[in-house]
Amino acid sequence: MSEAQHGSLRLRVDRIEPVTPEINRYTLSAEDGSWLPPFSGGSHVRVLIPFDDGQTRRNAYSLMSSPYDTSKYQIAVRRIHDGKRGSITLHEKVREGDALLVTTPANLFPLSKHARHHVFIAGGVGVTPIYSQLDELNLKGGSFELHLAVRGPEHATLGRELQEIYGERVRLYGDGDGSRLNASDVLAGRPLGTHAYVCGPARMVDDVIGAAHAHGWTDSNIHFERFEDLGSTGAPFSVTLARSGAVIEVSPEQSLLEAVEEAGHKLPYLCRGGACGECETEVLELDGSIDHRDDWLSESDRCTNKLIMPCVSRATCTKIVINA
Amino acid sequence: MTAIPRTTDFTADETYTPEGEYRFQNSREAVRRLPFPFPDDEYMYSMNLEPHVAAGTGALRAAFDIDEHYVSECAHRDQMLRDMPGVHYLALPHMMEAQWDMLELIFESYSRDFPEHFTLTKNGNEWRWQNRLLGIDDSFTFGDPATLPLDPMEYSTRQAQGEFVVLEEKDNTLVIGAGMTTQRADYSLQFNLGMNFAEFHGPVPKLDTMGILDRALKFLLRMKPGHPVRRVNWSLTVNPRLETSVETLPDWAPDRAKVTPENAGEMVYLRIELQPLHRLPRSNAIVFPVRTYLVSLAELVAHAPDWAKRLHRALASLDPELVDYKGFHRYHGAAVEWLAKYDDGAPLATGYPWIEDGIQPGPDSVD
Repeated sequence: MSEAQHGSLRLRVDRIEPVTPEINRYTLSAEDGSWLPPFSGGSHVRVLIPFDDGQTRRNAYSLMSSPYDTSKYQIAVRRIHDGKRGSITLHEKVREGDALLVTTPANLFPLSKHARHHVFIAGGVGVTPIYSQLDELNLKGGSFELHLAVRGPEHATLGRELQEIYGERVRLYGDGDGSRLNASDVLAGRPLGTHAYVCGPARMVDDVIGAAHAHGWTDSNIHFERFEDLGSTGAPFSVTLARSGAVIEVSPEQSLLEAVEEAGHKLPYLCRGGACGECETEVLELDGSIDHRDDWLSESDRCTNKLIMPCVSRATCTKIVINA
Repeated sequence: MTAIPRTTDFTADETYTPEGEYRFQNSREAVRRLPFPFPDDEYMYSMNLEPHVAAGTGALRAAFDIDEHYVSECAHRDQMLRDMPGVHYLALPHMMEAQWDMLELIFESYSRDFPEHFTLTKNGNEWRWQNRLLGIDDSFTFGDPATLPLDPMEYSTRQAQGEFVVLEEKDNTLVIGAGMTTQRADYSLQFNLGMNFAEFHGPVPKLDTMGILDRALKFLLRMKPGHPVRRVNWSLTVNPRLETSVETLPDWAPDRAKVTPENAGEMVYLRIELQPLHRLPRSNAIVFPVRTYLVSLAELVAHAPDWAKRLHRALASLDPELVDYKGFHRYHGAAVEWLAKYDDGAPLATGYPWIEDGIQPGPDSVD
């Protein structure tokens, strides 16, 4: 199996296919041809996108290849003109044969193992995590259907691909026949044991959750994915260590703890995940706010802005001095 | 770490039962490679989770450790499963993917970390598994249970040291969905199957008020495949008995009354649990392995004198509620009295033995 280095895999871009005017599909494999880490349907990876100025962005993309074929990963990337340049860089700079760093897969959108029937509702590029979920269900003989909304026939390639594999279990909306996806209609009259999964624009997610609640569904049967950064990465900031006076830059890709260690200083730590409390450090001066991401500090501790957990938490500030 | 890499001699004729007269002992090397669980003179629960990365040359070198007791422990597991079918191994029907995850994780780890004993060869989904310690050479199709003689989890964990509880993620908690537990420390797998994280931790005192449980659960739910974490835990037990389940309590509990300050060195064993938790990639389940090490108080004194001193202090100062929960209040006093003879009160290093400047076993030769 291809080994993860610093938590990321170095993969080669084998193939780039434009599948809609806005979406490219990338096929990635290990440079040495070894097996990639296995994953489950609904998993995503983060692609480390290098910029010319040396900065890196980490964009999350769902894996759309089969969980039962770990010789390759596939992701679909839609160009988004949001000023962050991540997807644009992938579209414009990355070519077949290039190498990309990709994190090992994680799953924030797993299938329910107790569902009797799975109803998927997706919009546009939101269909990507469902690719691997359908593959998994199909192999296990699970019962499912997909309702996919697209913005026009030229955007329907991925949906038609799934229709070819799964036939009538895939229903397309907006593929030139004037049909519109209505979440309430899709969810009406479903027997107990049905689970719904939604992936698409925020408005679609809210619509589906609202419609499900209106039909009396419980939250345990409604699944959606929110890519929150649960890790320790974020905007850069600098921190001052009170005892040595050292000023340390924390880059977007590292935690405060990692930055301090890299600079040759030591802080206590154990779990490196915001749970154990070992790295709790006093904040002596703060000009800004602390972005608390740990499970250790109580709400009242957080409000004082006097304590920080350097293994996961960050600061949005012009100045922070910690007692280290 | 002072351990010198050497070939392990596997002791096949050991037993962990009264019928087998508890024929069990540790070599000096086996004692000095233990994941000794007392970083301080006083013991209290903590969130002692840390990234499970290789450390030193002892029990933390491999993802899943094996030692000189591997062959005899596998034989013991086989005997327990035959003696009490349906008690020690259970898996709910929807856990089949997690079962294959388990097989893959154990076999990949063993073949990577102990290539002299294990080989896993993959040709697509056609796998060949060679276990030279147990004389096994099987080919099967990964993902197809019909190609294995047993459930994938039973098949793989019968060839593994330690027990394994598989937790399914469901409704933002973890639920016990499967287990191979022939080495249970005083609980019942049948009773706990299907319980969630808060429920199966119910009997542990103080946890709730300390807020540890909520934090631990949040941490575990964030675990990702490829980034395992570990913790160590411990208890005391009488005789080198691995199987101390609730179901067999009448067989082993009376032994607790036989311990005296004179025989505690030979009768009382420290039971160390190394727990390397992994998120499983296909099932999204979490496996909670408990790799149990047994070492008598006398073996500690002989081979790891500083650890014996540390154990004496930790036991002497232990909270009575924990003494009670861990089930050794009947012989706690005897164990402390026996150990006291070997504790000169000298200051000891702080920290687990596998960290820099942590507590080491002590002088390397017996005077």
